[in-house]
Amino acid sequence: MTRIVVLGPQRRPTLDTVVASLGSSIDSGGPIATVTAGWQEREPDDVELDGLLGGRSANLRLHARWLDALDRDPEYAAAELAHRSELDDLQELYLLQLDGALQALAEIARHGGPARTRAIAHSDAETVVRLVDERHLARVQELSADFAETWRPGERAAVAEHRDAVRHVLGKVSALVVAGGHVGVLLHVLRLFDVAAQVPGTVVAWSAGAMALTDRVLLFHDKAPHGPAHPEFADTGLRLLPGCVLLPHARRRLRTDDPHRLAVLASRAAPAPCVVLDDGVRIDVLTGGGLPEGTKVIGSDGRITA
Amino acid sequence: MSAARKLAINRLRAGQLDNGAVDRFLERHEVPIVEGAKCTFLHRGDADEVHLVQRIVGLPERIPLRRLHGTDLWYLVLELPTGSRINYQLEVRRGEHSERINDPLNRHVSYSPVGSSSVCFAQGYTTPEWTMPDPDARPGELVDTVVPSRALRRDARVTMYLPARFRRTRAYPLLVVHDGGDFLQYAAAKAVLDNLIHRLDVAEVVVAFLHPHDRLVEYANSAAHARFVTSELLAALEAEFPLAGNRSGRCLLGSSFGAVASLATAFRSPETYGALALMSGSFVFTDIPTDHGGGPVFDPVVKFVNRYRERPRRVADRLHVSCGVYEPLITANRSMVPTFEAAGMTVRYVETRDGHNWENWRDTLRDTLSWIYPGPQKLIYE
Repeated sequence: MTRIVVLGPQRRPTLDTVVASLGSSIDSGGPIATVTAGWQEREPDDVELDGLLGGRSANLRLHARWLDALDRDPEYAAAELAHRSELDDLQELYLLQLDGALQALAEIARHGGPARTRAIAHSDAETVVRLVDERHLARVQELSADFAETWRPGERAAVAEHRDAVRHVLGKVSALVVAGGHVGVLLHVLRLFDVAAQVPGTVVAWSAGAMALTDRVLLFHDKAPHGPAHPEFADTGLRLLPGCVLLPHARRRLRTDDPHRLAVLASRAAPAPCVVLDDGVRIDVLTGGGLPEGTKVIGSDGRITA
Repeated sequence: MSAARKLAINRLRAGQLDNGAVDRFLERHEVPIVEGAKCTFLHRGDADEVHLVQRIVGLPERIPLRRLHGTDLWYLVLELPTGSRINYQLEVRRGEHSERINDPLNRHVSYSPVGSSSVCFAQGYTTPEWTMPDPDARPGELVDTVVPSRALRRDARVTMYLPARFRRTRAYPLLVVHDGGDFLQYAAAKAVLDNLIHRLDVAEVVVAFLHPHDRLVEYANSAAHARFVTSELLAALEAEFPLAGNRSGRCLLGSSFGAVASLATAFRSPETYGALALMSGSFVFTDIPTDHGGGPVFDPVVKFVNRYRERPRRVADRLHVSCGVYEPLITANRSMVPTFEAAGMTVRYVETRDGHNWENWRDTLRDTLSWIYPGPQKLIYE
C-alpha cells in the first residue's frame, strides 16, 4: 500500500519538514525520486528542491525524456500531436455543452414561481451538467485508449528505453516527490513513462502533482483576464488517490465569496469532495484512500468547511 | 470657492500676470494639465488664433483656445471622462499663415504611418505595463519570409513571430495580422506578445504579420487579397511551420481597413477561420442610397458592408470586436454587433475611451488575444 501525502502549494516550502516527519517510511539517506516535469523547460531548475530533500533527489527528467522520445521518433511525435489536437477539439466542444448546461442551471436558480417545481427543474439541470462532465471524461478515455492501442507507446524504442531508465531509478528509491506546474504535461509524461505501475512506498505531491494522482482532474480559474470561466474536467488522473477532486490555490483562484458558484462546483464533483489545497495544507491520506478528519472541503452550501 | 476656480489656470489668472509668472507656471506643470476630469491645453506664443484640432465624435473638430489677457499664453479647458486618451494637434494662425503642429509643451507624441500627433492622457489612463519590454519575458523571434502570390501578382513579404521555446514537435495556433508592419512598429506587437505569452495570458502562438502594398485597395474587400490569404498564405505557412492547421487554430486580425479585410476574407471562406479580431473596423454602410462620406476608397467597402448587413453570414465561430468611443466609426461598429450575433457568431464587443489610433489598438491587444487564444493559466498549478 502506498502512503500518500498531499501538500498545499510550496511557495513557502514545507516539504523538508514533511519528509523529515515521515521517519522510517523513507529510507534515510537513500535517494528520493522527483518529478518536476510540470515545470516544463524549467524541469532541471531543481536546486532548491534538492536542497529541501537534503541533496537526495533523483530527478526522473520526464519532460526531457518526452522531448527526446519525440525527437527520435517523428512518426510517433506526429501521431501524438494529432491525438492532442483531437483532445483539444473535444475539450472545446465539451465547453460549449457545459456552457449551455450551466447557463440553464443558473437561469433556473434565478427563476421565480413555486419553489417545488423550481427545485425539481434545478435537480434535473444539475443531472444534465453532471452527465456532460461524465460523458466528456469517458470520451477522453476512449480516445486515449484508442491512441494507446493503435500506437502502443511503450513498445516504441525511444519511449521503451526511457521507461526502462525510469523503472531503474524508481526501483532504487523509497519515495517519490511530484511537484506542481502544468497539470496536462505532468499527467501525460507520468502516463507515457508508466510511473503509476512502479510507485515506491511513499508519494509526496503538491498542486498539479497532487491533482495528477486523483481520478478526475478539474481545471479552474475564476481570476483569468476575462473573468470567471467554467471549471472544466480535463482528464482522468493516475487513480492513486481516487474519490476526491483537488483544488490547489483555491482561495487565490476561486471566487470563494460566491457560495452559489462553489455549490455548483461541489455538486458536480459529488460524491467526491472538493478539497481545498491552500498554502501550508498537509493531508496524510488514510490507509484505504480516505481523507483525514479536518480536511477542508467545499460543502454542498458552497462554503469552505473544516 | 467653486471647483473651477481651483484649476491651475484659474489660480494663474487670479494672480499678477506677466511673462515671468507664465514662465514659472509652465515650469511647474506638465502640459496638458490634468486636474480630475478637467484637462487644460496650453500654447505659448504670438498668434492671432489658436485651435485645438482633434477628432472626438461629438466635439467640434476645431476648438478655440483663449488668450490669457496681457500674456502670450493661450488656454482651453476640456472635460474628459476618466481613462480617456486623445490625440490632438494645435492649429496656430498668424495673419494669413496657418499651421498645424504637435503641442510643443507636451512631450507625449503618438506615431502612425501618416505622421504624428500629441497625446493627452486624461485622469485614470496609464500606458499598460504589458506593452513595454519586460526583461523577465523570454523573447520570441521575428523571421521574415516571402510567399509568392499569383493572386496579388507579387512576392508578399510576411514577418513571422515564433514564440519563445518554439518547437517543431508542437502544433501552434496561427494569427494573421493585417498591417503587420504597423502593428510591430506602432502597437508594440512584439513586446506585447512576448509579455502576454510569458504571463500565461495568451497561448503560445505563431503570428504572421502582413505587409500590404496598397492597403486601401488590397484591404477594401479585394477578392485577390482573400485568395492570397486563404489559398496561398495558409498553405505556405502550414507547410513550413508546425501549425494546428484547423479552423479553431486560425484567426485573422485587423484594424480599420484591416478589419474589413479580415471580415471580407473570412466571408469568402466561411469554413476556414475559427475567430476574427476586428479593431475599429471601417464598417461604413448606408441604410438608404446616399453619400456615405468616405470618398471613392470607401465605395467597395460600403458595397460589401451593405451586402453583408442585408444577408449576414456566419464567417467564423467567434468575433472580438472593439472600437474607441471617440472614433467616427463607433456607430458603425456598434451597429455591426447585432448583425454578427444574428448570424450565429459568438461576439465579444469592447469599447475604449480612445480614438482611431495605434495606441488604442495596442492597448486592446490583451483583451483581444487572451480571448481569442487564452493562455494556459487554467492548466498551471505551481
